[in-house]
Amino acid sequence: MDFARESPKFVQLLIGIVAFVVFVAALLALVALSDRISTGTRKRKGFAGAIVERFRNRPERLPAVIFLFPAVVLLLIGLVVPAIRTTILSFKNGGSTEWVGLENYKWMFNDPGTRIVLRNTLIWVVLVPLLSTGIGLVYAVLIDKAKFERVAKSLVFMPMAVSFVGASIVWKFVYADRPPGQEQIGLLNYIWAAMGGEPQQWLVNKPLNNLFLIVIMVWIQAGFAMVVLSAAIKAIPGEIVEAARIDGVNAWQMFWRVTMPSIRAALTVVLVTISIASLKVFDIVRTGTNGNFDTSVIANEMYNNAFRYGEAGRGSALAVFLFVLVVPIVVYQIRALRQQRATR
Amino acid sequence: MATVTYAKATRVYPGAKTPAVDALDLEIGDGEFLVLVGPSGCGKSTSLRMLAGLEDVNSGNIFINQNDVTHLPPKARDIAMVFQNYALYPHMSVYDNMAFALKLRKTPKSEIEARVKEAAKMLQLEEYLSRKPKALSGGQRQRVAMGRAIVRHPQVFLMDEPLSNLDAKLRVQTRSQIATMQAKLGVTTVYVTHDQVEAMTMGHRVAVLLDGHLQQVDTPRALYDRPANVFVAGFMGSPAMNIKTVGLTDQGAKFVDMLLPLTRDQVAAAQADGGNGRVTIGFRPEDTEIVGGLDKGMPITVDLVEELGSDAFVYGTVALEGQDERFTVRADPRKVPQLGEVVHVRPRPDSHHAFNAATGLRLG
Repeated sequence: MDFARESPKFVQLLIGIVAFVVFVAALLALVALSDRISTGTRKRKGFAGAIVERFRNRPERLPAVIFLFPAVVLLLIGLVVPAIRTTILSFKNGGSTEWVGLENYKWMFNDPGTRIVLRNTLIWVVLVPLLSTGIGLVYAVLIDKAKFERVAKSLVFMPMAVSFVGASIVWKFVYADRPPGQEQIGLLNYIWAAMGGEPQQWLVNKPLNNLFLIVIMVWIQAGFAMVVLSAAIKAIPGEIVEAARIDGVNAWQMFWRVTMPSIRAALTVVLVTISIASLKVFDIVRTGTNGNFDTSVIANEMYNNAFRYGEAGRGSALAVFLFVLVVPIVVYQIRALRQQRATR
Repeated sequence: MATVTYAKATRVYPGAKTPAVDALDLEIGDGEFLVLVGPSGCGKSTSLRMLAGLEDVNSGNIFINQNDVTHLPPKARDIAMVFQNYALYPHMSVYDNMAFALKLRKTPKSEIEARVKEAAKMLQLEEYLSRKPKALSGGQRQRVAMGRAIVRHPQVFLMDEPLSNLDAKLRVQTRSQIATMQAKLGVTTVYVTHDQVEAMTMGHRVAVLLDGHLQQVDTPRALYDRPANVFVAGFMGSPAMNIKTVGLTDQGAKFVDMLLPLTRDQVAAAQADGGNGRVTIGFRPEDTEIVGGLDKGMPITVDLVEELGSDAFVYGTVALEGQDERFTVRADPRKVPQLGEVVHVRPRPDSHHAFNAATGLRLG
């Protein structure tokens, strides 16, 4: 099997396909079975019989259970179990051998280095949603119904297609610096030097280096905000805009008193989605500065502690804290969505 | 209060070959209720939107009170509009919806409140002022849209099919309310509808449009009695007028054995302009009677009878020049013919309308 030795990826792909087919076949078999059980009349004995009896009265529940099963198993393996285990680990020491109570959490809020990490995360979660949404909204309003709208939209949306790591590498070139006297290969230093400034180490100089990392995230997320908000603006009924024009609004009043209230729901969704993304940001910091020079954020610090410093307890505590921060936002988002549906 | 004048106003949509509104000439008097009516795509809504300033005027002019408003933005025209879907601001309460335009004009708060309260009282909306449009019924929303226009005290009301989203019963009720209110306020009103009943019942005058051209503008009575061409004849009145093109003789038009007399001038006019020995004759179902066989009526075979209680309409066919033609006749609801029966029908003397077969224009 030379082919197999030289192209193990093909074999893996093949296994994947086979597994998929088997999975689908198993599902179909389950469906067929559920049909037979819910319509069958023969008496069965033992465990199987008990299950059959259980569903005989509510036959519509059986397919639901069968279809929920794979999803529930995957959620358990991938989400629930790790979440519980992480929480348990956060009360143990670095090697997970002894219980340490709240030590890891105390460390988190008292260690000066970690405090900077928390501060940075706060900066991220405030600035990124506001800047991205603001820029996306202004852009969406300005290009609405312009001749070149589609091209202009694609240009801003394109960064969404770039991975965080890729985007960070691109921007690292923009921020690149050479010692004074040499030709600057970084765009920003090139411009800076052309205006007469000394070349700067943008990603090293505190505390502005955080802002330069945040610019990368904004560059990516503004496109997302723009697309969603632009769609929301287009969904405003034309007659309402016309009624406002007849009522006598100027462009400013149109924006604040008609457009903004009409797209409030979309604005909430965008703000919340970007907030969650910036709370969890990891790749950009990892690629940009590796968390050095006071730029680290919770997710990065969590990774360092858990997998590099051998401090599983501290890493888990950071993970739990991050989770606690995200949950209220998610709850708010779900509530807002429900409310929207109810009032529609 | 104001007059409105369209002077050769034309609108060509980008990319369209023919104008949506073609050189419209129309004068609307101070305090008049003018209805623009026509089938969909005739340019009636476009005409209204040109007056509102929502649609560009490509050539010609529009005047409000002798002021050329052709290229003014909507807010500089002092008009108020009621939209078909009402276009209420969903995030504002009923009160704020009505007050919005006044707030933008920096009207004193006390006056805004007085005007909104007055309009709400007139429209029976007082108890809904704090509600959002979502929490209102269709009829209530329609009244809020009216209220939003009323509080403005504008020069002209523009209404774009404001009743078409209401159910039939509410439509009839609201129809008379709007007419009464307009009479009371005395504000010049331009009203667009595709419903000829609304046009007849509401308008002081009615302008009939087709394919961007004004066909006729006159009082409802005059439109009904003396339609200017075949289109207006067929459009106004329900059920529609019987309109057929038949051979022309010296005395008139022949329907099998029935001769509908035409004057000498009418015959001459029918021959002109490519009439080619043909003439188009129309007579309304309500002007037509079922007569005895000896009265030289036209024999039709009954294929449908519609009984409406107060009236009955009899539909029947007859072979005219080798082709089956259908006619509608109003009958005494207590003496309707049987299906398949042959009855003789005849328009009342001098109630038929004659049009040139080629141009469609009225003869005499």
